[in-house]
Amino acid sequence: MRILGVLPRNAAGLVKGLALLSLLLLGGCGVNDIPTYQEQAKAAWSEVLNQYQRRFDLVPNLVETVKGYAAQERETLTAVTEARAKVGQTQLPANVVTDKNAFETFQRNQAALTSALSRLLVVVERYPDLKSNQNFLALQSQLEGTENRIAVARRDYIQAVARYNTELRTIPGRWWAALLYPDAQVMQTFTIEAEAQKAPKVDFGTKK
Amino acid sequence: MNLIGRGLLLCWLLAAASLAALPAAVAADLSFPPLDGRVVDQAGILSPAIRAKLTEMLARHEAETSNQVVVVTLKSLQGVEIEDFGYQLGRHWGIGRKERNNGLLFIVAPNERQVRIEVGYGLEGVMTDALSHYIIQNAILPAFRKGDFETGVLAGTAAILAGLQGSYQPMPEQTTAGDWLGALPVLVIIGIFVLVFYYRFAAPAVRHLQYDRSIGRPGEPGYRPPRGGVSAWSLFFLQLVFQILFSLLLSGGRGSGGSFGSGSGGSFSGGGGSFGGGGASGRW
Repeated sequence: MRILGVLPRNAAGLVKGLALLSLLLLGGCGVNDIPTYQEQAKAAWSEVLNQYQRRFDLVPNLVETVKGYAAQERETLTAVTEARAKVGQTQLPANVVTDKNAFETFQRNQAALTSALSRLLVVVERYPDLKSNQNFLALQSQLEGTENRIAVARRDYIQAVARYNTELRTIPGRWWAALLYPDAQVMQTFTIEAEAQKAPKVDFGTKK
Repeated sequence: MNLIGRGLLLCWLLAAASLAALPAAVAADLSFPPLDGRVVDQAGILSPAIRAKLTEMLARHEAETSNQVVVVTLKSLQGVEIEDFGYQLGRHWGIGRKERNNGLLFIVAPNERQVRIEVGYGLEGVMTDALSHYIIQNAILPAFRKGDFETGVLAGTAAILAGLQGSYQPMPEQTTAGDWLGALPVLVIIGIFVLVFYYRFAAPAVRHLQYDRSIGRPGEPGYRPPRGGVSAWSLFFLQLVFQILFSLLLSGGRGSGGSFGSGSGGSFSGGGGSFGGGGASGRW
């Protein structure tokens, strides 16, 4: 069917042309919501990856510093190194946010690193020399800040995905998806089990 | 009906329906105090004199660097950790300029005995987690442990501002060598304009004024205006050149002097900056 001729040949064509123009101009019926929310969720996911990468980069320095003072904690240190290696080895497919298995693997690996790191930070409490080392304190506060950024990035991602998935599954968005965005898929989100893995809370021995 | 036809029908129906629909209200789990100044003392631990001093410090810092720093004391964290509260409060208020995200919150929750330096995205490189942590441990907590909030807040604010300023590179206000190099093509073009103008219009005019016997004086019989004499066109051309020159000078002199009208006396509001959980916290 011909809709956008240079000159509509009949009245019906003219009406359709005007209607299409208003569709492009208005967008008030939510035609752009799915791509908009999708892009926002993707951006939020990039931030999650970015912050996890930041933690990944921080770990070797932390391990080295702890090793200098607490080499006998080999088991804990090895657990951290191995968990980090596993995170590094796992290839993230491009569609990780829509691939349930890949997403769960990612989440499991990162959670393993989180818990290994929190065990390490519990262990170091026994080493007063280490805890007064300025380099270690700086690394520890960076790790703490990074864990907090990860928490914020994850929460932002969860919110963005919730909005996108809701748009995709509820009625007007569902129609739009069926009509114009057949490729749009529901995105994966962090599950409660992993969310319960709290970031390591570091006390400085001063809390009552 | 084809795809576009169906899309149009759907669009019209939905647009009509959305006129009646109400925007979905976002349920806020936390309630935030109103932003009524650079110092929001909800917990009531600061005297008016200290508040005025802090406000003056923070206003001066913003005037110099455009960083927005807000000191806030909270009656209650409403059951969440200060890390959860801080970034949401920062986003809610929109502290910092939108395009720079250069906001910072110094949050004290005396009842929960928690303190936090919440750093906007744009300042994370300057006010690092380690530096925030260091300031909390060394400038703030010693006084807080003694229950002296005013000293701790004052020392903490001074340390934060010093930390921000220590690594902060202010925007160059005067043109530097680099700017001159950047302006070189413009200068060359202006030079060409001037040369063309001189040889095409000014020099013949001067020659004409010096009067040439072979042509004769103006008004005498046999006088012919010299080639390319001063005409309405050349005056127009001259004006054009000078206009371009002046506009270039004016635009080149001013760099990027964005207006940011929140002086110390006027009402204060955030600029739309955002936060991503940078900074550090302390407990005592």
